[in-house]
Amino acid sequence: MKRLWFPGAFVALIILIAIAAPVLGLPDPVRQDIARRLAAPTATSWLGRDEFGRDVLSRLIWGARTSLGVAFASALTAGLIGVVLGLIGGWSRGTAAFLSVRSMDIILCFPPVLLALLVVTLLGPGAATLILVLSVLYLPGFARVTYSEVLSVRGRDYVEATRALGGRTWYILLRTVLPNIAGPILVQLSLAVAAAVVLESGLSFLGLGVVPPAPSWGLMIRGARATMEQAPLLLVWPCAALTLTILAMNLLCDALRDAVDPRTSGR
Amino acid sequence: MSAVWFAHRILIALVLAWIVATIVFMALHMVPGDPAELLLSTGGTSPDPATVAELREKLGLNQPILVQYGSFLGGLLRGDLGTSLVDDYPVLSEIALRLPRTLELIFAGTLLAIAIGVPAGVYAALHRGGRFDRIASGVTALLLAIPVFVVGTLLVLLFAQTLRLMPAGGFTPLTQDPVLHLKLLTLPAIAIGKGLAAVLFRMTRASMLDALANDYVRTARAKGLAPGRVLFVHVLRNALNPVVTVLGLQMGTLLGGTVLVEYVFNWPGLSTPLLRAVEARDYPMVVGIVLTISVLFLLINLIVELIHAVLDPRVSAP
Repeated sequence: MKRLWFPGAFVALIILIAIAAPVLGLPDPVRQDIARRLAAPTATSWLGRDEFGRDVLSRLIWGARTSLGVAFASALTAGLIGVVLGLIGGWSRGTAAFLSVRSMDIILCFPPVLLALLVVTLLGPGAATLILVLSVLYLPGFARVTYSEVLSVRGRDYVEATRALGGRTWYILLRTVLPNIAGPILVQLSLAVAAAVVLESGLSFLGLGVVPPAPSWGLMIRGARATMEQAPLLLVWPCAALTLTILAMNLLCDALRDAVDPRTSGR
Repeated sequence: MSAVWFAHRILIALVLAWIVATIVFMALHMVPGDPAELLLSTGGTSPDPATVAELREKLGLNQPILVQYGSFLGGLLRGDLGTSLVDDYPVLSEIALRLPRTLELIFAGTLLAIAIGVPAGVYAALHRGGRFDRIASGVTALLLAIPVFVVGTLLVLLFAQTLRLMPAGGFTPLTQDPVLHLKLLTLPAIAIGKGLAAVLFRMTRASMLDALANDYVRTARAKGLAPGRVLFVHVLRNALNPVVTVLGLQMGTLLGGTVLVEYVFNWPGLSTPLLRAVEARDYPMVVGIVLTISVLFLLINLIVELIHAVLDPRVSAP
C-alpha cells in the first residue's frame, strides 16, 4: 500500500492541474506573438515562448488537459463497452462468449499504431478520431479481464445465493459480480490510460493526432524539433512532462496490481 | 516438434492473415457515407462530384461489394496491392523497395535489446538485491516510461546536436559506405530497442529467479556441478522460455515504434510512404503497408512459437 502513495499523489496532482487549467490565470495557449518568438523565460512566462511566441508553460498545462482528456475518455469508453461484453461472455459462456470476447482478439492482430493510422486515413485526424481509435484498441483488454474474472467468480457461494434468492441476471451481474471483480478492472483502466497517453502523444507527434494549434505534448515536441538548435530547452519540457507522467502512471499501475493481487508483489 | 502441431500453427497464422485482410477491406465500407466522398473531403467541404465519381471508378466502388472483396483477395494472392491514388505508382514496388530497410532496423533493435536485456537480467537475478540489480531496475522503469519518439528526439538532441558525435539521421546504402551505414543505424536501433531491452531485462530476471528456486538446480549444485554448467544447462534453458514468449508479444509495439523512429531519424523505410499516404488519404497505399506490417507481425509470432517449441518440447506435444 505504501507504494501507492507517491505515484498516486503525483498522478493526482497532474490531473488536478489539468482540470484547473482554465482558472490558473495562464496566458492563452494558442495566442501567437511572433515578435517574442523563442523568447527566454521571464517573470511572466516562466518557461519562455515557443516558435510562434506562445507561452510554453501554458501550453504544457493545457497540453496535459488534452492528453489526459483523450486518454480518460477513450479508456472509460473502452472500459464501459469491454466490461459489458466481458460480463455477457463470462455469464453465458459458449457462443456468446466467442462473439463478445474472443472476436475482440482480432484487434490484437494489428500493431496498435498501424490500426490507428488506418482509421486516421479514413476519418481524418482530430481528438474525436483519437478517442474512437484508442477505445477500440483497449476494448479487448477489458473484455478479456472481465470475462476471466466473471468465470472465476460465477460459481462462488455468494453468487449462487443471490441466484437462489431469485435475483435477476442483470441485478446479479451489476450488484454481486461486478463489485467483486472491480479490482482487476481498475488495474486494466490504469494500464489503458497510461497506454493511451503514449499513443496519443505519438500520433500527435506525427501530426496525425490532435490538430494544431490545440496544445498537446506530442505537437509541442514536433514543433520544438524544428528549433532544436536555437532553443533546445523547448524540446526538454514537453519530453520531461510526458515521460514523468507516464512513469508515475506506470508505477501507479504496478502498485495497484500488487494491491489487488498480492501474489505479484515482490517481483 | 510434431508435424501436425506445425501444420496447425501455420493454418492458424493463415486464417489470421485472411481475417486481417478482411478487416482492412471492410474498414473502408464500415464508415458511414460514401467512402470516395469521405476520402476526398477535407475540413467539412464537400468535394467535386466529378472527382468523387472518378475515385469511385478507380477504387472499383461501383461494383457489388462481394465482387470488390473477391478482386481484393485475388489481388493479394497474386501480390497485386493496387496503385497509389497520388502518383499511380504500384504499392507493391514501393513496399519491396522499403521493407528491407524497416526489417533491418527492427532486426538491429531486437538484437541490441537481446544483447543487453538478457545478460543484464541474468546478472541481476544472480546478484539479487545487489547494487546492479537496484540500479538496473530503476533504469528499466524509466526506459519503459519514455516513449520511443521522445528517446529518439533526445538522442538526436544529445548525440547529434550537442555532442556532434553522430549524424542526426538519414540513410546510406550498406554497399556504398558500410561505416556510415552502421553509424546511421546506431541511434535509431537504440531508440527502437530500448523498450524491448527493458521488458526482456524484467522478464529474464523474474524467470531466472523462478528457475533458480527449483529443486533440480539445488540437486545439480549439490552433486558438485560447475556453477557455469548449472547456469547454462539447468537454469537458462528453462528460464528463457517465457522470455521468448514475451519477445513475440512485444513485436506489435516494436513494429508500431518503427513508424515513429523512422520518422524521427529520416530512415527511409515503410514509414515514409505510410505517413505521406495517411496525410494524403491515399487509401490503397495505407492498406498495402498496414497489411504488410500486420502480416509481418503474424509471421514473427509464428517464428517465435516455433523457437518456443524447440526450446520446450512440451509446447508442441500432442
